[in-house]
Amino acid sequence: MLLNYYMNGFMQTINIHLDAYCVAGNCAVFLLILLIIRFIQSAAHREHYRMAWRQLKVKVLPMISMVILCIYVLLALMDSIAWHDRALNPDGSPSVNVGNYPVFDTNSLTLLDRAFSSLRKNNEKTFSAPFAGEQFTMETIVKANGAKQRITPKLKYPGAHWLGTDKVGSDVLFAALKGVRTALIVGGLTTLIVIPFAIFFGVMAGFFGKWIDDIIQYSYTTLASIPNVLLIVSFMLLMDKGLFQLCIILGVTNWTGLCRFLRGETLKLRELDYVQAAEALGVSRLKIIYRHIVPNLMHIVLIACVLRFSAMVLTEAVLSYIGIGVGSNTGSWGTMINAARLDLTREPVVWWNLLAAFVFMIGLILPANIFGDALRDALDPKLKTR
Amino acid sequence: MFSYIIRKSLYAIPILIGVNVITFLLFFVVNPPDIMARRMLGEKNVTPEAIQKWKSDNGYNLPSFVNTKEAGWAVVTNTIFFQKSMRLFWFDFGRSDRTKVDIGSEIKQRMGPSFLLALPTFIFGIMVEIVMAMLIAYYRGSYLDFWTVLICVIMMSVSMLFYIIGAQYFFGKVLKLFPISGYDTGIYSLKFIMLPVIIGIIGGVGVGIRFYRTLFLEEVSKDYVRTARAKGLSERSVLFRHVLKNAMIPILTDVMMTLPFLFVGSLLMESFFAIPGLGSFTIDAINAQDFAIVRSMVFLGAVLYIIGQLLTDISYTIADPRIRLS
Repeated sequence: MLLNYYMNGFMQTINIHLDAYCVAGNCAVFLLILLIIRFIQSAAHREHYRMAWRQLKVKVLPMISMVILCIYVLLALMDSIAWHDRALNPDGSPSVNVGNYPVFDTNSLTLLDRAFSSLRKNNEKTFSAPFAGEQFTMETIVKANGAKQRITPKLKYPGAHWLGTDKVGSDVLFAALKGVRTALIVGGLTTLIVIPFAIFFGVMAGFFGKWIDDIIQYSYTTLASIPNVLLIVSFMLLMDKGLFQLCIILGVTNWTGLCRFLRGETLKLRELDYVQAAEALGVSRLKIIYRHIVPNLMHIVLIACVLRFSAMVLTEAVLSYIGIGVGSNTGSWGTMINAARLDLTREPVVWWNLLAAFVFMIGLILPANIFGDALRDALDPKLKTR
Repeated sequence: MFSYIIRKSLYAIPILIGVNVITFLLFFVVNPPDIMARRMLGEKNVTPEAIQKWKSDNGYNLPSFVNTKEAGWAVVTNTIFFQKSMRLFWFDFGRSDRTKVDIGSEIKQRMGPSFLLALPTFIFGIMVEIVMAMLIAYYRGSYLDFWTVLICVIMMSVSMLFYIIGAQYFFGKVLKLFPISGYDTGIYSLKFIMLPVIIGIIGGVGVGIRFYRTLFLEEVSKDYVRTARAKGLSERSVLFRHVLKNAMIPILTDVMMTLPFLFVGSLLMESFFAIPGLGSFTIDAINAQDFAIVRSMVFLGAVLYIIGQLLTDISYTIADPRIRLS
């Protein structure tokens, strides 16, 4: 309580405010960064990963891909840290309420919103082409002498929109930037949901065998036999649309493949000499799993996650097109494509919406695929993936 | 062999029951009929009487598992679980919630167009993939190999949506080579199916070539290939007479798994090109929130998946005599 009191006092002096949603979002970001640092730390001590890294760092394409991926991650992190600003009176002074307490904006702004505030604020009236100085559509104006004329009016911010503006005049580049976070959350959070499930059940089934194996095998075969898309669709129809619901159901439908794979690998590992030796020496089963089985599965998990990531991003786009994706409040490339499809039927054609979504999507998925392939080759060249 | 198939088929029954329970939980427990009725009738000014009427019209007014008002078998048969979920086992899909069409006959009717679209996509697709994969396996390690694989990675990084939208715009609207969308019966359907087939092949070819390439390369590094080379066989006959034959086994399992799904069709293709198959049927049902159809398609999909696995197992044992039927 005392801490809370001081925190609030501190934030009021620097004029920002956090609500529960912002706090949760920001904490999640830092937790994720911590987790990644922790994983890199532990990997750096293992010769297996160090060798893979030595192999990886001399390759040009994967390294370029890694840099691009890092930029995307940075953008997404920037878009995840948010806080509320002081609300301003019409004259520009900070507004206060009766008790002289500061009043804050109802909408929080993220770091990305603030960094690209010119893109966010400089809205036009409707469509304009990339770098254009004039509006894309014609308007009728009445001259001083009463004559009517059709002209393309000058833009308020000529040349400012590198990828043009959409139907309501907002910047397409900014919309595409806002889609980065959605895509990375769909790819990343889903993976974070999948991993513990797959490892837990896969190792349990492979290590203990017998009826545990039967039950786990039965449950993932049953789940896998329902077509993924239909299961996702049913779930999203029944729940409310939203980013987190989507991640949860994608996680539920995607753990089966990895689980089956890890079960098979555990069966193989179980028969290896060092595991047999540990068992003969009377090491407890939990300790064997923790010390010998799971560490030897981690590289497979890592590869599967990176390769799965791009599939998730693609799935999100398709689902948003069908209309059961993240919903219209969350900016995503899928919803951009959906809107751009209608723009393509206009005459003359409006193409930059689609181009922006295309460039940003392939800019994420191609490096992810190249990096994933290189990672697989470095860590486990024999691994078969489709 | 026969008893093996019977045993495998029996194994499918508990899985189908599991699927049924999951769909039941999803569609009737998470989303009870009251909410379904509310959605069907529209959120505004819904009276409790209207909900009751909708439920009794569509057979949702029964108890979930046990009907205490009935006697004999009807105690279990006259329930939502039996009427709506168990009936799927003998492919009695019932009627759609919104349009009241008979789902079973609709599925039979729409299987044709779906199949007509999916079969050529599949056959030509797999031919292109295998030929290309053989080619780059023959020239492995060369620039041709490197660039083909890179192009494959680029191709599989592009969303299917872009292929469809781009091709529709370029070939349909600008060049006017194909109609943008639509469908016709008989031989006239050909001109409508050409474009989606081509897009389907292009969209899937990246993943396929890479996958088959790894299969071939794995075979190439095996001992029997070295023996064949040592015998003095040319690289070409090694590849075609030995490697291809052995690589056929994993390819076959892959093919068998996709075979049943040719009837379901592709959600995206059919809805974009307005082809009246099962894919567009499903999409329309999703947009209309018609749960009876979605439910039926989930079950149908699961059945086809299990048939696919059965076919895979059987073809595996036929193609590879080393595998014992146990």
